[in-house]
Amino acid sequence: MVALSLNASLLLACMLFCIGLAGVLIRRNLLFMLMSLDIMLNAAALLFVAAGAHWHDSGGQVMFLMILALAAAETAVGLAIILALHARGRPSLDADTGNLLRG
Amino acid sequence: MNTLALFSGAVTLLGAIMVITRQVAVHAVLYLVVTLLGLATVFALLGAPFAAALEVIIYAGAIMVLFVFVIMMLNLGQSDREREKEWLRPRIWLGPALLSILLCAELIYSVSSSPQQEGPLAPLSARDVGLSLFGPYVLMVELVSFLLLAGLITAFHIGRHRTEGR
Repeated sequence: MVALSLNASLLLACMLFCIGLAGVLIRRNLLFMLMSLDIMLNAAALLFVAAGAHWHDSGGQVMFLMILALAAAETAVGLAIILALHARGRPSLDADTGNLLRG
Repeated sequence: MNTLALFSGAVTLLGAIMVITRQVAVHAVLYLVVTLLGLATVFALLGAPFAAALEVIIYAGAIMVLFVFVIMMLNLGQSDREREKEWLRPRIWLGPALLSILLCAELIYSVSSSPQQEGPLAPLSARDVGLSLFGPYVLMVELVSFLLLAGLITAFHIGRHRTEGR
């Protein structure tokens, strides 16, 4: 049972990706930018799953698993960077202030 | 059935819009969980129950717990909310939002007027996914393990205790 057609899923993924992109562009807080990145990754995952359902290929869900691992790694590294910035006296989490990592 | 899918898609989009416009980080995390649950419903309606279960367990479970822990450690307060309000004035985003709503309406019209294609009507079970995951895509599993190891080492390197005087 496939309830959603390919066109509708493509449209949903496109709109979700645009909302995530707008979130990255309009917010200055690093935490909100990370959440918007997660929304964009979810839109890409929806695209893979919808294409896999349309052509009845399980490769789409395999790529979904890859995106899931990618999102987990990206979130962990991003949150570690946020905590490091916060520990060094930048409590505002402004994306414009932290431009030097010094790893 | 189509109505259910459209409804869950609309919930997903509304949740995503609420995520990027909140001023308090915890409220945004709650709306992000709603977005992910709606997306899991969409996956289930697309005939991918395995992907739906993983979305709920890993994304809405594990990754959101990471966000909640970091927000607890950051200790955000009233001044942060006022600064967010200062950074996100409606005067800044109202014009682009209206124009992009116009473009979105045009996109919906053009997609809905194109011919609909119907896919096969059988869902892909977890057995199919597992067979192809450890069959032709076994290199992908190795790549993901490399990626997770790299993420682990990076998080450890960034978050390690630094000596004073640097």
